[in-house]
Amino acid sequence: MHEMRYEAPKTLAAAVSLLAGASGQARVLAGGTDLLIQMRGGRVDPELLVDIKGIPEMTSIVAENGVFRFGAAVPCMELVEHEAFAKAWPGVTDGANLIGSIQVRGRATAGGNLCNASPAADTVPALIAAGATVSVVGPKGRREVPVEDIATGPGKTSLARGEIVASFLLPRRPPRSGDAYLRFIPRTEMDIAVVGAGINLTLDESGVCSQARVCIGAVAERALLVREAAAALIGTKVDAEALQRMAAAVSAACRPIDDKRGTKEYRIKVAGVMARRAAQIALDRARRKN
Amino acid sequence: MAKVHVTATLNGNAVEFLCETRQTLLQILRDELHLTGTKEGCGTGDCGACSVTVDGRLMCSCLILGAEMQGKSIQTIEGMADGEKLHPLQRKFLEHAALQCGVCTPGVLVAAKSLLERNPDPTEEEVRYWLAGNLCRCTGYNKIIEAVLDAASEMRRA
Repeated sequence: MHEMRYEAPKTLAAAVSLLAGASGQARVLAGGTDLLIQMRGGRVDPELLVDIKGIPEMTSIVAENGVFRFGAAVPCMELVEHEAFAKAWPGVTDGANLIGSIQVRGRATAGGNLCNASPAADTVPALIAAGATVSVVGPKGRREVPVEDIATGPGKTSLARGEIVASFLLPRRPPRSGDAYLRFIPRTEMDIAVVGAGINLTLDESGVCSQARVCIGAVAERALLVREAAAALIGTKVDAEALQRMAAAVSAACRPIDDKRGTKEYRIKVAGVMARRAAQIALDRARRKN
Repeated sequence: MAKVHVTATLNGNAVEFLCETRQTLLQILRDELHLTGTKEGCGTGDCGACSVTVDGRLMCSCLILGAEMQGKSIQTIEGMADGEKLHPLQRKFLEHAALQCGVCTPGVLVAAKSLLERNPDPTEEEVRYWLAGNLCRCTGYNKIIEAVLDAASEMRRA
């Protein structure tokens, strides 16, 4: 085991320079609900921990003209308890509310969930469906990146050395929009997704779907944005036939593994079912927001 | 190696400690501050036996580093009773015999107190969901849930 340095910088610039200047393995510490377990299990042995919870941009939730920006280190419980956010983005809230226990949600963050890069991460499909972007800050400055471009595979991200996911940006919603996230687990609480499905859609004045995004989790090496599934909804009244075609497109996009939580065949079938049910919830929510 | 010096508030009192960077809050509480009411079950945030609140938020102390506690306010099971006077939750756990081996009990009590502070009149389902992160391998949970609901009802009348 290395000696480990603990730093708690107050600015993003200081955090980036600590991470970029580390001689050995360096890790960002947000909620620690993945990292501390990985350290305890010997899977990571950092020389430096950079606790970013003292950085204001990373721990605040800001709403401006219908646009929400929330820090990557905001704990799930804080997000879920933010009434305006939960009202605007009930599907993203569903995802944040499904992670672990109350205790875990008191610490776990959407930024950590994204950067831990588990294919089964519960906040990620809903955020991708929402069209969220992240602000990534690193030695070369700041860049805005769609959430779907961060994770590249289990435990792997597209972030360069020294880069930090600082905050999430959720775009302003058109009227008659709704989103939902559903996850399948064999229990009612405290488990890891066998399949997750996030849907975000907008209806026009006549109730026809004008925009949609469909994202599924735990059925590939990372969460998948399925454009063919969204296309099956757009231009329809999201009736049974459209939902069936959307579910078929979701199943066709799956490339899962077999593991103790489910077989490939099972995941492919269930992904379509979960997407269909999530779309129905998103539709009901959109209809209530005239 | 250099230890981190932390000043914080523990059960309402100022506290300071030196910790190694890898030490968890749970290890600090038990091994350095000798407050052994907080238990270690799994050490991976699954069982809730190490539940405490930090700045009013319920957390697993095994998933927090001691070094992160600078300036924070920590509440543990030791801060629950008022001297010799038990908290209504503690009293109701005794009345309902809502424990057997007792290892999960401090964590369950801390979690239940945190629930009732937010929601003084929870339904049975709300209690069950709130306590989903506290595993008990003895009681089958029913007596725990009954004790929490009874304590809530008594606290509402008080």
